[in-house]
Amino acid sequence: MKKMIKKYSFFLIVLMINLFTVLFFPQVGKKSLIFTGKNFINFLFMLPPVFICIGLLDVWIEKETMIKIMGGKSGIRGVVIAFLLGIVTAVPLYALLPVAGMMLKKGSKIANVLIFICSCASIRIPLLLFEVSSMGWEFSIVRFLVNIFVVIIIAFLIEKILTENDKKIIYENVSKL
Amino acid sequence: MNPIFTYFLYIIATILLILSYRKNKKKTILALKKAWNMFFSVFPQFLAILFLVGLLLALLDAETIQRIIGTKAGIYGMIISSIVGSISLIPVLVAFPISSELLKNGAGLMQITVFICTLTTVGFVTLPLESKFLGKKIALFRNGLFFLFAFLEAFIVGVVLA
Repeated sequence: MKKMIKKYSFFLIVLMINLFTVLFFPQVGKKSLIFTGKNFINFLFMLPPVFICIGLLDVWIEKETMIKIMGGKSGIRGVVIAFLLGIVTAVPLYALLPVAGMMLKKGSKIANVLIFICSCASIRIPLLLFEVSSMGWEFSIVRFLVNIFVVIIIAFLIEKILTENDKKIIYENVSKL
Repeated sequence: MNPIFTYFLYIIATILLILSYRKNKKKTILALKKAWNMFFSVFPQFLAILFLVGLLLALLDAETIQRIIGTKAGIYGMIISSIVGSISLIPVLVAFPISSELLKNGAGLMQITVFICTLTTVGFVTLPLESKFLGKKIALFRNGLFFLFAFLEAFIVGVVLA
């Protein structure tokens, strides 16, 4: 029971805020619930294939294989693969976090997982096309090039900042997934 | 765009599932069980995020964002834009047209850039979920660093396109 409450605590807090809003600012509250409802449908529609892929990944991909592709000794090839995987996605970031967790579980290097998740966030190709159409070529290309550097710098910087103990905790945490 | 990508994902997942089932029935069922368990372990967080997103969309809608970012200039304007970008969760597909509209109406390029950068890379709302999968430290550093780099990127864009 206690575990249950802890698991849902974040949700309960948010739900309270929502109820409060509905009671005291009915207009905003109503709008908020409509948005939530719409998103909920999109979300339920999008997640099954993502989680099925994660499940299959978990069962079929051996840890050794993943270590070879994106592990500690994968070098520049691992970086490129993580980057390419990241930029072709068009799923919201929160749905990709479990994928990142699974990559870690299978023994990917932290920097490579970060390159994957960061390039998803900032340089995805599907979004780039929209960016070009509304912001123009120049703006989008400058941002694209700067983002490549930013992603790589941030990924390696975080890997450097983390102590061995931090990394151990992170890998232990994902092994429970 | 997004729905098309989702259909594409369904096709891929179905093909993989069929291949997997043909190769090994037991393993495939195990995979589905694992997928189901993982989905349920993160469901509360996802649900919370959905409600929070709804609330933020209602509070910080396109017009409000336009009003906040379009009127403030200078470094103060950049800071405001970056905070709005980090918290708000309007879809990027909505954000780009707003941004280009704002630019046409005289908003600063750097303020707009910092907004787009933080909107895409910094997720205040998704922090708890990110911490769950990547650990608290990575989540905090990733968001914090992207927040700072958004300013650097805005300066570069400002200088190059000036």
